[in-house]
Amino acid sequence: MLAALLFVLLVSSGAFALIRLAPGDATSELFLARGDPAALAEARSRLGLDQPFLMHFGQFLTGLATFDFGQSAVFGRPVGDLVRERAAATARLAALALVLAAALGLPAGVLSASRPGFAALVAPVSLALVACPPIVAVLGLLLVAVQTGWLSTAPGSYAVPTLALALPVAAMLERLQAQATSEALASPDLVAAAARGVPRARLVWVHAARQSLRPVLGVAGAVVGSLFSGSLAVELVTSWPGLGRLLLDAVTGRDLFLVAGCALVGAMLIALGNLAADVVRAVVDPRVRDVP
Amino acid sequence: MRRRQPAEWRIIAGTVLLGGVTLVAVAAPAVAPNAPGDQFPDRAYAPPMPLRIRDANGFRAPFVYRQVLDDRLTRRYRDDVTTPLPLRWFTGGSVVSLDAGSGPLLLLGADALGRDVFSRLVHGARLSLGVTALGVAGALLMGALVGSLAGSAGGSIETVLMLAADFLLVLPGTYLVLVLRGALPLVLSTRDVFVLFSALFALAAWPHAARGVRAIVATERQRDYAMAARASGATSWRLACQLLPAARGFLGVEVMLLIPALLVGEATVSYLGLGFPVPTASLGTMLQDAANVRMMREAPWLLAPALVLFLVMLGVQLLVWRSAPAIELLVGVRRVRPLPLTGGAAGR
Repeated sequence: MLAALLFVLLVSSGAFALIRLAPGDATSELFLARGDPAALAEARSRLGLDQPFLMHFGQFLTGLATFDFGQSAVFGRPVGDLVRERAAATARLAALALVLAAALGLPAGVLSASRPGFAALVAPVSLALVACPPIVAVLGLLLVAVQTGWLSTAPGSYAVPTLALALPVAAMLERLQAQATSEALASPDLVAAAARGVPRARLVWVHAARQSLRPVLGVAGAVVGSLFSGSLAVELVTSWPGLGRLLLDAVTGRDLFLVAGCALVGAMLIALGNLAADVVRAVVDPRVRDVP
Repeated sequence: MRRRQPAEWRIIAGTVLLGGVTLVAVAAPAVAPNAPGDQFPDRAYAPPMPLRIRDANGFRAPFVYRQVLDDRLTRRYRDDVTTPLPLRWFTGGSVVSLDAGSGPLLLLGADALGRDVFSRLVHGARLSLGVTALGVAGALLMGALVGSLAGSAGGSIETVLMLAADFLLVLPGTYLVLVLRGALPLVLSTRDVFVLFSALFALAAWPHAARGVRAIVATERQRDYAMAARASGATSWRLACQLLPAARGFLGVEVMLLIPALLVGEATVSYLGLGFPVPTASLGTMLQDAANVRMMREAPWLLAPALVLFLVMLGVQLLVWRSAPAIELLVGVRRVRPLPLTGGAAGR
């Protein structure tokens, strides 16, 4: 828990420091537009940009301690509210994509490990999908949506962004599940169970599935990370009002507190995702639980 | 025995794909029929010219039909079937071209400014693959350095270095690159972007290589030859140089995993407008023009850079299918033990 807190703190203050020390600040545009010097000085002092770095940084840290994340210079709203809204949108998208990926990928993996005919059918599809990075997946799906009208391209529609995030992950889960299932089916205890006359369906869907849970859950943390990482391109292409879009606006606008806020909530989501993965792993695998 | 056949097939296909893309990209100035910045008036959003080998009189050498602008307002083009234009191969310093005076050769159509998409694509691929190659080299160098130092030195140096690596690994790649990019001036020249992005990618991508190298070097350190080196008074730096060759195989796979990750990183960040400046052709800047609903309906050929990304990814997948676990193949994902975010697993 302490490590998680430290991680979140480090990420957000690192982001703050990076952008604060970067050339240019939130008033650069005003400066370039030759605004009047008094207004410029006023804006700089309002944003705290006239103080030395350490004082500004200290102000940021004391704000964090009291859960005051500051004011966004670009949006003119409290960072806390802004980030909460957008993080919720990203989390919704990622959670939906995760569920969809698991629902498609895991059964397909079990089937392709147990039925060679199905495997021959799925392998090329899965290979093509794993080769789709998020930006390619979302552009491809958008093209399909536009050309055929099968998926809605209306802003706010879940179809394209969710599928774009989910399909590559589903393909990866399929490969992993297939590998784990065929390894489990070859293990001595399952061979023995087959010899005792346990029905094939039970063997595949109960015994092998239980054994395969561990390797598949082992990558849960990485999957959460990849959904997050991929959400940047997906959000921007489909104009999804999520954290990726907000962070881009914050970085290009040199909006210090907003960058730090985005980093903070992003780090929190990652920490929570990893925590959830650890909990699920402990639930299904007693060995994880027993090791202190 | 049974599984050997498909593996061979995959390796051949993957090599051909990656090799082909690389070759075309490296030879971009010769392959591109037009200069990447050339704007052809009256060719805005011209559709691709299909290569034809057959006309009314039967088969003949590859040729294209001249494009005629029918209606400037709706940008409707039609093929002038009365004048087939023969392709000229390897003339005038270009692999393929048309006779002078017969208009531009637009194999993949043209964009909003009437620039040749194919020519921009090969030049863009060269730039994107170049920055990727430099970034991969930097990441490997840094990873090998840090990893071998951590592995051979051990102790608190190892702990600190590996904690730093873990910290970076847990962060989602594209967001990390975005914030690091944010620390640079927002507007940069093409040359600056090339150099700075390679450095930035190296900075974001070294931890995975470092972890792998550390694990290998730490194992290798127990071997007799390493003990002999230590006994004869080798410094930890010298020892690291002795142990590093053991990680060659790992680093080979690492190259294959980093190429798609960095290539997609460039495309994503340039697509966001924080990469190469706009008139420069790169895979990412070209996608900016393509990624909206109207263009997808009216000019889907602008999506060609996405196809190139896909082909490179596919080539890599085919090559590393057997040598890397599936999870590694997904862009931006590297298998790591997550940070002990829940506290418990302090004793690694």
